[in-house]
Formats: sequence, C-alpha cells, structure tokens
Amino acid sequence: MSITIYIPCDSGAVSLGADRVATTIAELAQQRGIAIDIIRNGSRGMYWLETLVEVVTDAGRIAYGPVQANDVAGLFDADFINGGKHVLNLGLTEELAYFKKQQRLTFARVGKTDPISLDDYLTHDGYRGLNNALNMAQADIVKSITDSGLRGRGGAAFPTGIKWNTVLNTASEQKYIICNADEGDSGTFSDRMVMEGDPFVLVEGMTIAGLAVGATQGYIYLRVEYPHAHKALNAAIAKAYQAGYLGDNIRDSGKAFHLEVRLGAGAYVCGEETSLMESLEGKRGLVRFKPPLPAISGLFGKPTVVNNVISLASVPLILDKGGEYYCNFGMGRSRGTLPLQLAGNLKHTGLVELAFGLTLRELLYDFGGGSASGRPIKAVQVGGPLGAYLPESQFDTPLDYEAFAAIWAVVGHGGIVAFDDTVDMAAMAKYSMEFCAIESCGKCTPCRIGSTRGYELMDEIMQGRELDKNIPLLRSLCDTLLNGSLCALGGMTPYPVLSALNHFPKDFGVNETTNVA
Amino acid sequence: MTEPNTTQAVQEVIAALKDKPGALLPILHGIQAALGYIPADSVPVIAKALNLSRAEVHGVVSFYHYFRDTPPGKHTIYLCRAESCQAMGSAELEVHAKHKLGIDFHETTENGQFSLEPVYCLGNCACSPAMQIDEAIYGRVSASTFDDIINELEKSA
Repeated sequence: MSITIYIPCDSGAVSLGADRVATTIAELAQQRGIAIDIIRNGSRGMYWLETLVEVVTDAGRIAYGPVQANDVAGLFDADFINGGKHVLNLGLTEELAYFKKQQRLTFARVGKTDPISLDDYLTHDGYRGLNNALNMAQADIVKSITDSGLRGRGGAAFPTGIKWNTVLNTASEQKYIICNADEGDSGTFSDRMVMEGDPFVLVEGMTIAGLAVGATQGYIYLRVEYPHAHKALNAAIAKAYQAGYLGDNIRDSGKAFHLEVRLGAGAYVCGEETSLMESLEGKRGLVRFKPPLPAISGLFGKPTVVNNVISLASVPLILDKGGEYYCNFGMGRSRGTLPLQLAGNLKHTGLVELAFGLTLRELLYDFGGGSASGRPIKAVQVGGPLGAYLPESQFDTPLDYEAFAAIWAVVGHGGIVAFDDTVDMAAMAKYSMEFCAIESCGKCTPCRIGSTRGYELMDEIMQGRELDKNIPLLRSLCDTLLNGSLCALGGMTPYPVLSALNHFPKDFGVNETTNVA
Repeated sequence: MTEPNTTQAVQEVIAALKDKPGALLPILHGIQAALGYIPADSVPVIAKALNLSRAEVHGVVSFYHYFRDTPPGKHTIYLCRAESCQAMGSAELEVHAKHKLGIDFHETTENGQFSLEPVYCLGNCACSPAMQIDEAIYGRVSASTFDDIINELEKSA
C-alpha cells in the first residue's frame, strides 16, 4: 500500500522551498522503490515550521518541519514514512499547541485537504451550506447571515446581513456579487491562504450570496501579486462548472450563478470598494462618492454585494450549521472568529483563527513567541498600513472592534505586524505618508496633496527642523486628511502617523510632556 | 515601428477579450502577458476596439503600477517595501539589491537581464522579507540569498 505524504503548495511554503522538498521526496522514494502519494495541501499556517511535511499514519498525520531539500535523505533513513524518530519530527500535527489552541471555522479545511480536489472538499463538509441554501427562501438565507452577527472582515466591519438585505430588496434585472480579493494590507495573508488552500469555500460562499440576493454573476477581483491564488481559483471554478455547482442550472435547481476571476494591477486603492468597481469596469481606479451605496447602484450601476474573501468564506459554514452556531463565538458585537495573521518581527509567524476577545499580548507572546530578533517588541501595527501603532502599554487590549476603536485603533483585516526596539517610529510615520502619496488615486485634494506635504514635513521633522512649528503643522495636516478625505486611504493614514507621534514622541525629537495631542 | 508579430499579438488579445464587460483591464493584462509591456502604438488600437479615446486608455495604463510602457528586463524582481518586511530588514535588503544590480527602482540593468520594481506586499508577511522574481516567490531573503538567486539566474542566461 502506498504512503500518503502532504507537502504544502501554499506560496508561503513554496517561498521557503516546498517545491524542491516535494521533488526531492518524489525522487528519493522512486530510487528506494517506495510507493508514495504526494498531496499538495494548503498551509497549516505555522510558517516558522514550513516546509511542514505530513505523513499519514494509523495514529494520524505526523508532522516534520521545517524540512529543507537536503534533509530529505535523512528523513528516509529515519523511516519518516512510518512516522520514524528524527530531529524534525514534531509529533501529530493537530496536537501542536499553536494549532490545537485555535478555533478553526473558516479555516477548517485549509492545510488538511487537497485544495483543488472537489471530492476532498465534499468529503470534508463542502457544499453542505449551498445544499441547504438551495432549499431556502432568499430572505431566510439573508436572515441566517444576519443572525450569525457576521461583520465584514475586510476592515470596515459592516454587518454583512444588512448589506445583503439591501441588495435583496433593491429590484433590478441584473445584480452582482463581488469578492474583494485585493488583500493589499501589509501583514495580512489570510485571504491568500484561503484562496490557495481552500478555493472551493470561496466559490461556494459567493454562490450562496448570489442565491440570497438574486445575483447571477460574480467576480473575484484578485490582486495581480497572487499568481498562485489565481491558478487555484481558476482550477476550482472550472471543476465547479463541470460538476454543476456553477452555471445556468446549479445542481438542477433551475438557479444560475456564474463566476469569473479578474486581476487587479498593483493599485492599493482598488481595495476600496468603489475604486474596485471602477477598475472592474475597465477604468482608472478612482474612488466614487457615496451615496449611492454599491448595494443600490454598484458595478455597472446595478445593485452589488461587495464582500471580502474571509466574509464570503465564512458563509458556507453559517448556512451549514446555522447563524446561531457562528454567533456563539466571540464577544460583544464582534461575533464569530477572526483569522489573525502574525507577521513581521515574531518568532512564530502565521495564521491563528480564534473567537474575538483574545488580547494582543497573548497573541504576540503565547502564539507569536516574542520577537524573532530576541529584542523587546517596541510597537505593533494592527490592521494594515492604515492601522494605528500600539505601544507595549496597550498590549492588553482585547481583539474586538469596539475595544480597538476605544483606543483610536482598528482591528481591520486582522494583520498584526511586530517591530523590535530598533525601529524608528518617525521613519515609519514618514513611510505611511510616502505610501499614501504613492497609492493615492488623486481624486480628493486632502489625500493627493496632503500625503506629499506630509512626507515633506516628516523629512523636516526627522532632521529636527523647527519642531515647535512643524509638529503642530503635522497634527493640523492629519486633521485635514482625517476629516476631508473621500475614502479610508487618506482618511486613515493619520492613524499610523499620529499614533506613532503620540506613543513614541522621542523618535520625533519631541519631549513627552510637551507633546500634547 | 512595432514588429508585425507584436501587432498580431495585440490584435489576437483584443479579438478574444473585447466583448467582456469591462474589457480594458483583461486586454491590458493579455497584452502585457504576451509582450511584457503595453507598447505605445497599441493604445490607439485598443481605444478603437473599445470605442474609447486614446487618452482614456493611456490614463488606465498609467494609473496602475503593474502596467508598464517599456519592455522589461529578462527577469523582473519585485522587492517588497511594506511594513512587515521593513520589520525584518527589507530597507537594508533594498540598498543591497540596488547596489548589487547597479540600478534603482523602475530601472533595468544595462545587459537587459533584470528590472527592479518595488511592491507593497506579496502576502508573504509570515516569511519577511519577501520578493518575487517573475512568478517565483521567495521568503526570508537575506543579502546573501539574494546574491545566490541573482547569480544563479545570470548563469542560466
């Protein structure tokens, strides 16, 4: 009987040599006359252990990692195909503390299954949500989502059920479902992991959304920086069409839903939903004025649901197990789980899916293991490049939308980037202004001109020039950006800039006591 | 003047995609995938096929960082400049890469081997600093692994 070995095809694992590991294992197995089946799975999300090779044994899947190509011969010598002892043997994958402590709902299959095998998807509870939805009234599908308490996981945290309900109740011959897969925030990679590791769950979630609101066409707007996800999604969509899960007559229900992946072209602002729709229409990604809301007049002027990857990937589970099941996880008005992403200067970077409510400190130290450099963690940016920098004194804040809002910070898409004490926070503030200047769509003046002016101002400040004049000017400029910008790019760039200034005034050459906000 | 086969490639892409809703980005991607860039003289051809003005097409090409109007080097290196990579030393890596290649961002080496582009997140933040060369992605890149990868690619040139 042949032995099954899982080696991730996740691009993060591939970036550390997973393809070479897979090739070497295949070659050596052949040389030694051992029959093996290699399955390329998604990543379990423990990137410091990648390439994580798993061998199926009677006791369960045994993990070896981090494996490099030159370790493979030694692994065969140690009889790893039967779970043999080796310095890289980590024991049962699902008993690893980092993994075992998680509550994986949206990521239930990621890392377990062959991402582009429909059979594997079906065996692991796939399409159960859609089967339920096909027998439900549209309003009942929307109600399940509303009951679940699901809020948009892209960053704005708007209740998904309310958005769907608006589109459902707006009459139109044509409606659209758009998946915002323009995951451009630094420190975030959960969308990528789902699309590479379990693309069918996104296809299913979008199909359910289409049934719920009466949309027959869906688009996944995928950033061009994700070629691996592009291939995985296209493979899954092709298989879903073949098997009748997409098309004009989904599973003989008489209902239609079509799905296509469209590539972005490196513009960060296209993650903003109205800019994204302009881009899908073939235009420059300029932000639109709101109202009208996309739910009423969106893509090509039609009612449109725009949801993030994680929001849509959470839908199949909610339709399978019910809104209440999902709602029972979480705290306050933050219901369900959030796939958090530990990045930057941490020992144990990776994906941690948990119910809302854990503190930042638990994430950074219990999961993240502290800094990779071994130096003290000085600052943490949560929620991408438009998120605030948090100092050590705020590490006990629980991960919850409202708790973060109360300290003038954002949870956003759940990306957490740690910096050790070598970071210069004035340089990070300058970078935030630079990034805003590079990515501004140019439609509104505060963002277009304010970002460049902010960059110049930070240059002055970093050279210590006229701080008594320039620091108040920076605050005033941030006030204009915050209140006068059309979208979150200009409107939230002050979060990293001002939080850096408020929490780390010394880096700006300012005395703590004179730095009054 | 554009080579005849270039014109043909542009025509083929346009013919295959022009009837899609919002066809401009798919067409530009198709042309860049075939030729490596969007030649200036393809702009009026695209404009005519989509019933747009040349200014509108040019405006879209120039808006998006990914689209380029000059031919790239044999390999395009995308070096991540975003926060997570900065937390793991990407600023030093950037200085090293520019020195090693002898070019700045948005430039191509004299021998036409490498173009260097900044990128703002490759989604490989758990393995920072990250870079992508053509479609291959690399994580935890140090100055010495950068040199190894570049030297290897130069050897196979």
